[in-house]
Order: sequence, then structure tokens, then C-alpha cells
Amino acid sequence: MKRLTSVIYSEMRESMRAKWFLLYSLVFGGAIILLFSFGITESQVLGFAGVDRVLIVYIQLCIVILPIFILISTVRSVVGDKETSVLEYFLSMPVSLFSYFWGKFLGKLLVVFIPTMFAFLAALLWGLVKDLHVSWPIVGYYIALLFSIVICFLGLGMFISSIAKKVEWALGLAFLSWLTLLLFIDVIMIGLMLKHQIEESIIIGITLLNPLQVFRVASIILFDPQGSILGPSSFVILDFFGRENFLLFSLAYPVLIGLVLATSGYYLFKKGDLV
Amino acid sequence: MISIKNVGKKFGKAKILNNCSLSFKDGDRVAIVGGNGAGKTTLLRCLLGHYIYSGKITVFGMDARKKREEVLQKVGFVPQLPPPIQMTISELINFSIAITDDLSKEDIYSVAKDLHFDIGGNLSKPFSKLSGGMKQKMLIALALAKKPSLLVLDEPAANLDPYGREIFFKRIAKIPKETIVILTSHRIKEVHDLVNRVVEMDCGHIVKQVRMEGGEE
Repeated sequence: MKRLTSVIYSEMRESMRAKWFLLYSLVFGGAIILLFSFGITESQVLGFAGVDRVLIVYIQLCIVILPIFILISTVRSVVGDKETSVLEYFLSMPVSLFSYFWGKFLGKLLVVFIPTMFAFLAALLWGLVKDLHVSWPIVGYYIALLFSIVICFLGLGMFISSIAKKVEWALGLAFLSWLTLLLFIDVIMIGLMLKHQIEESIIIGITLLNPLQVFRVASIILFDPQGSILGPSSFVILDFFGRENFLLFSLAYPVLIGLVLATSGYYLFKKGDLV
Repeated sequence: MISIKNVGKKFGKAKILNNCSLSFKDGDRVAIVGGNGAGKTTLLRCLLGHYIYSGKITVFGMDARKKREEVLQKVGFVPQLPPPIQMTISELINFSIAITDDLSKEDIYSVAKDLHFDIGGNLSKPFSKLSGGMKQKMLIALALAKKPSLLVLDEPAANLDPYGREIFFKRIAKIPKETIVILTSHRIKEVHDLVNRVVEMDCGHIVKQVRMEGGEE
């Protein structure tokens, strides 16, 4: 346990020193400040105003930028250490492969999650100071949703980092994965459906395998219970799952994908040449 | 006691190690010499459990790969080139102590002092910002302070100036007699005085073994 916590701590320290972390914190912290300064708390969407309105916009921003930030910073973990021989040195110390791999995973998880949590807390604090309306169930669910999507993309990042032979390959693969997931959201798939006359439920079923789509739908369904913004996909989703079940599914599914990918990455890392 | 039996290693179709067999007993000070691509570093990496290989390696009776944590508690390692570790010296020391049984700050400071490296004045500096020689001295201090039963040095003096080499060799001469030391070098002359046995490698084969006291094996 001591070895695992030492790796977590050193991973956190190392990440916090890196330039990507500074940029990442600025983007996610800065986004909240910008949303407040643009007066979004004063505007309304589907009856939501105040801090809830800010969080709704913030979560939409997160869908686009959080995954790529996580992927780019995580895919270097194993393969980057291999390339620079840092891994050779650290694995010559009596640290288990489990502690090394999962310590990196947990360290990154905390580092990635902390700035978004601070942004959330800053928004809440501002709302409380200004006496704005805060919907606590939405806040709680959004925090859980962010946590779930962070685990999902960390898992994907660690998996790519374990299989890639070079950092360039890992970065390319990460970018390609992100782009593929962005393309396979329902908006684009529905275009395909119209062109090829494929059954609607099949298309939507495929898009729901995509954690980005699950994240997107969950974040919208929370403040738009009928899913009217989503169009036809909402009917299929709500018919099949029901709202409450879908909200639970959207927390569990990305976590499951992330853990399965990270575990696969760990076994691939463990069974091959380490350096 | 270390035993390397019929060890082979391939990268794709390229055979880097071919059926290598060696054994080392307590007190052996071995130089593995050979040109670039001879397989010296690959052999050390197999010994440290970094690579999957064919054949069998046991270090103090334990499988080098399957029992790597237990094996590595007894091993001190200095790499050929210091890696670009971003930790500060203080963090690196604390990390090493947390990971390794029976490693103390006092021992690390003491060995560093013997090597004429002032840890105290560099504690807050990132390891990667130190000069090549200072990095090497820091890694040597960490390896020796463990009081390892097996010391593995991959071209250890490569980054040291002549004075640095002299104090390093003096310090190596002070380690306990029973410690097994395995070091690699391109040039036998450089490490001649440190070892009692020389293993020569070429193209992944062990081509010659010489005991310094006795002659060819």
C-alpha cells in the first residue's frame, strides 16, 4: 500500500509540474469565470437560470474538451516513461507492476478531477454568495457524471499508452479515438441513417455504445426530461431505458468501459517487455 | 548466487541474446565487455526482470521476472544514461526510501558525501536539471546506500570526469566483499582494477570468460 501511495503522490507531483496541467487548469477554471462574466446566470434555458444554467453550459464544454485533454496527458504515461528510460530506472526499484500502473492511473485521476471540482465549487460558492438558485441534485449528478467520464477516458488513455511503441503513435491513436467518438454521436449517425435507410433504433443503439454520446444525452436529459432537444433519439432512449435508468446507466457504463480498458492495458503491460 | 541458463532474447526476428549461460557467486566482481550491439544491456535487463526471455534466470534462488519485487530489494542499479526524472532530489530520495526496505536518508547522504556530491545544496533542484556527473553520482549514491547484495552498473562511469571516476572507483572498492558486482563497459582497461572476472560478449553470444587471478575459464 505504501508503494502504491508513493507512486500516486509522485505522479500527482509530476503532473502538477507539467505545462499541460497549467493549461488544463486555466481552461477549466477560466471557463467558469468566463461563463459568469458573460452573464449566463441571468439568462434562462428551459426554465434553468443561475448557477444551474452555468453548470449546464459548463458540462457541454466538458464533453468536447475534457476527453482530449485527458487522452493527450495520459497516453504518454507508460510509453513516454519507456521512451525516456525513466521506466527502466523506476522498475529497477522494488515497486510492483500493479503499484506502478495503478498508481499512475489513480494519480492522474486525482489530478484531472481536482481542477474540474474546483471549478464546480467556485461556481457553487459564487452562487451562494450571490444568492442564486442552486439545484443540488443536478450539481451532485454532474459531479458524478464528470467523474465517470474522467475514468472512462483515463482507462482508454492508459490502454493506448500500454500498447503503443512510440509516443507519437500513442498521441495519434488518442486523437483518432477521440475523433471517432465525436463522429459517432447521434447527430452524425442520423445523417447516415437517412442516407442508407437504416432502422432508427439500430443507429441509436450504436451511438449509445459511445460513452461521449451517453455523456451528452445524460447531461441534456437532466434538465430536459422529455429530451425534446435531442430529437428522435430521445424517444428511443426514454422508451427503452426510462429516464432514471438511463441516468444510472450513463454513470455506470463509462466507468465500466474505463476500468475494462485500464485493466486490459495493465495485463498487456505486465506480460510484455517492460522497457 | 545468480544463475543464467540458456537465456535467449529476440526482438522481432532479430536474435539479441543467443543461448547465454553464466553463473555468479558471492564476491564476484564481473565486467561484461563488448562492442555496441553485443547484448550487454539486454542481458542486464533480463537479469533485472525487465524483459521476457527464453531460458532461466534465478537471482538468489528467485525467478528474476516472477519474483521481481523480492529480487529488486537486493539489487542496486545504475543505468548507462541518467533518465530525465522530473522529481526534485528531495522527492527522489523520499520516493526511493518509501519503495525500498532498509534504505535511509543518512546512508544516502553518507555515500553521496564519499562521492563528493552535496545533496543538501541540491535538494530542491529537479533531478533533470543537474549536470550529467551530478546525476550519475546521485544514482550511484541511491544504489550503494541500499547495501545491495547485487550491484548492477551499466557503463557507470560514462558521465564522470577523470576525478569523478577516481572517487567512484575508490567508493566501489569499499563495498562489502560478498556483494556481487556486475558492470558493463566498452573498454576493459577502464574497469580492470575493479573486477576479478571478465565476460566478453559479441553479437549476443558469450565468447570468452576470464578469471583475473586464474586465467581463462
